[in-house]
Amino acid sequence: MPGMPPLKDRRIWEHPILTFKRGRRVKFYFNGNVVEGYEGESIAAALYAAGYDVFSRSPYKGRARGAFCMIGKCSSCFAVVDGVPNTRTCVEPIREGVKVEFQEGLAEIPSATGGLEGKDEEVIEGVDVLVIGGGPAGLAAAIAAAKHGLSVLIVNEHFKLGGQLIKQTHKFFGSKDLFGGLRGFQVAEELESKVRSMRNVRVLLQATAYGFFRDGWVGVAGKDRLYRVKPRFVIAAPGAAERHLAFPGNDLPGVMGAGGAQTLMNEYGILPGDEVLVVGSGNVGVIVSYQLLQAGAKVKGIVEILPYIGAWFVHAAKIRRYGVKVYTRHTIKEVWGKDRVEGATIVRVDEHFKPVPGSETDIPCDLVLIAVGLTPDTRLLAQAGAVVTWVPELGGLVPIRTKYLETSVPGLFIAGDASGIEEATTAMIEGEIAGLSAVVRAGADDAGNAAERREALLKFLWDEYRASPVVAKAKAGKLKVTVSEDEMERIRVSNPPPVRFGS
Amino acid sequence: MGSGVPPYKETGIITVEELKRLGLMPPEERLARGPVAIPECPEEIPCNICVVSCPQHAISIEGIKGLPRIDWDKCVGCGVCVAKCPGLAIFVVDLSKPGEYAYVTVPHEFLPAPKVGDVVDLLSREGKVVGKGEVVKAWETNKTWVVTVRVPKELAMEVRGIWVRK
Repeated sequence: MPGMPPLKDRRIWEHPILTFKRGRRVKFYFNGNVVEGYEGESIAAALYAAGYDVFSRSPYKGRARGAFCMIGKCSSCFAVVDGVPNTRTCVEPIREGVKVEFQEGLAEIPSATGGLEGKDEEVIEGVDVLVIGGGPAGLAAAIAAAKHGLSVLIVNEHFKLGGQLIKQTHKFFGSKDLFGGLRGFQVAEELESKVRSMRNVRVLLQATAYGFFRDGWVGVAGKDRLYRVKPRFVIAAPGAAERHLAFPGNDLPGVMGAGGAQTLMNEYGILPGDEVLVVGSGNVGVIVSYQLLQAGAKVKGIVEILPYIGAWFVHAAKIRRYGVKVYTRHTIKEVWGKDRVEGATIVRVDEHFKPVPGSETDIPCDLVLIAVGLTPDTRLLAQAGAVVTWVPELGGLVPIRTKYLETSVPGLFIAGDASGIEEATTAMIEGEIAGLSAVVRAGADDAGNAAERREALLKFLWDEYRASPVVAKAKAGKLKVTVSEDEMERIRVSNPPPVRFGS
Repeated sequence: MGSGVPPYKETGIITVEELKRLGLMPPEERLARGPVAIPECPEEIPCNICVVSCPQHAISIEGIKGLPRIDWDKCVGCGVCVAKCPGLAIFVVDLSKPGEYAYVTVPHEFLPAPKVGDVVDLLSREGKVVGKGEVVKAWETNKTWVVTVRVPKELAMEVRGIWVRK
C-alpha cells in the first residue's frame, strides 16, 4: 500500500498549442486520502496528476502497476472503484466523492455491481447501423450512413468521442477535403459536432460491445445498464492497442505506451515525465517526442534498433532541429528503479540485431515510452466469426475483407486501425467507405450517389493516397487481405459465418 | 530496405546537396533576387496542403504524393506555406539584401511566443546553436508562429530553427 499521499501537481498550465479547459474541481478519495481533480478527467489521469504512480500490485510477485495505455486497452491501471475491483481507471471519469482503493493482488469477487442492479436490459431493435468505436473511422462511418437517412447507434468505450484524434496536436497531412492542415483534435471536434447535429445518430458513451450472439444480437455493457442490440448492419472500428517489448523492468510504473503519454499530456494536460527516453523512431515515437518538448519535458533520446529512422523525414527533422538524439542501431536493455522508473540502459546492436557486449549506456530518466507499433484490436471480430489472418505489415491479426470492407460475416464491415494499422486519414476514408457500403446494401436514400462516392473514394485511396512510397508497407498488407466478392463467397462456404447481418 | 535508404533517413538531417539533387533548392540567381520558399520535403508523402495554401499558386504537386514543385518566378517568399505545411518543412530564405545579413523564416511552436526584437538562439538542422539572431517579423496562424530572423549570410542555409530563451 502506498504511504503518505504524494504532493505533486503534474498539470501543464501553459502550452504552445493547447488550451486546457478544465472543469470544476472535484474531490475524491484514494485510499482515504482526498485527491483533487477536475471534472472531465479520468481517475487514472487525476491520480497521476497528483503524483500517484502505483494503483495496484500484481497477484503473484507483488510488482507495482500504474498507467500504461490510458485508453482502456490494457489492465495496468486497475484499481477498486466504489467497491468494484478491476476497474479500468483510465476510462472511468472522476466523480465527487468516488472512493478509489489500491488493488492488492487478485481482488475478491465484488458485492457491488457498479450500479447495474435493478435496471432492466434495454433492447434496441430496428437500428440500421451499429458502429462500434467512436474514433476517426467510426465517426466517419456514422456520418456517411446517417447522411443517407440510416439510423445509427455508436457505442464508444471512452467517455469522450474522437478516439485517438483528441490527443493529436500536430497538423494532418493529406488534402484539404480530408481535414489535411487541421490538427488532430480539431478534426475530432469537427467530426463530433457533425455527429451530434444528426438526429438519426444515437451515441452511447462508456459502452463496450462485448459479444455477438445468435440471430444477430450484439451485447453492449453501458455505464449503468446493459443493452442488447439487433442492428441491420455492423461497422466495427474498435481501433488498436499499443505493442509492448520484453525487457527487464518493462512493467515498472513510468514505462508507458507512447499513446498513453499523449493521452495524459494532450488530452488532460498532465506532464507524464520530466526526462524521457523513447523507444522506437516511427511516426508515433518521433511525434510524441516533439509533443514532449512542447509540453516542457526533456527528451533524452530516441532508441531505434534499425540503422535508420522509421518516421517520415519531415517529422524526424522537427525533433532533430531541437537537438533530440536518435540512437539508431540501439535497443533497450533494461529499466531500473523502485516502484517508478529511475533510468534505463540501452545497448548497441550488431547487424543481426544482437546486443554488443560492453556497448551499454545508462540514461537517467523518469519516463520510458514504448513506441514500437500497434496491434489491431480484432478480438470482437474474431468472436463474431469473421475470418482473420496474420499480416505483419498490418500489425497482426486482421479480418479478410472485400474492397467494400465487408468481412466474411455478411453485413459486418470494418474500418480504421482494426482493419490493419495505417493512420487517421485512411481510417476516415475507410470509415466513409464502410458507411456508404451499408447505405448501398440497405438500398437507402440516394444509394446510387452513395455508390458513386464510394467508387471515387476507393480510387483516391488505392491509386493516389496509397501510391505514396511512405505508406507502401501498409498498402502491401491491405492488398494481401482484400479479396474479390467471389473469393469471399468461397471463404464463407469453407468458414460458414455463425451470424449474418444485412437482411 | 538497407542499401536503398537515403542518408537523411539515418540522421534525420538533409543536406543542401541532397535538396539540390531533388530539385527542391532554388537556383543561385533566384536566391540573390529576393525571399523564396525552400521545401525540405524529400519523400513524396501523401499531402498537398502547400499547393492549396499558396496565395501565388506557385506550388504544384503531381497527384497527391509528388514532391512539391515551386515555380521560383511566381514565389514571392510570403511565408504562408511556412505556416500551413503540416510537416513544418518549408522555410523562406532571403539572400538579396546588401551587407552581411540574410533573413531566414522558420515555423515555431514553442513557448514563449517570439516577439520582434527578441534575440534568439539559431539552431541548425541537427539542433546545434550556431549563433544568435534578432527576430524581425513574427506572425501566427493556428498556433504556428512564422518567425523571420536576421542571420549572418553564411548561416542562411544552416539555420532551420530558433529557440526563444525564457
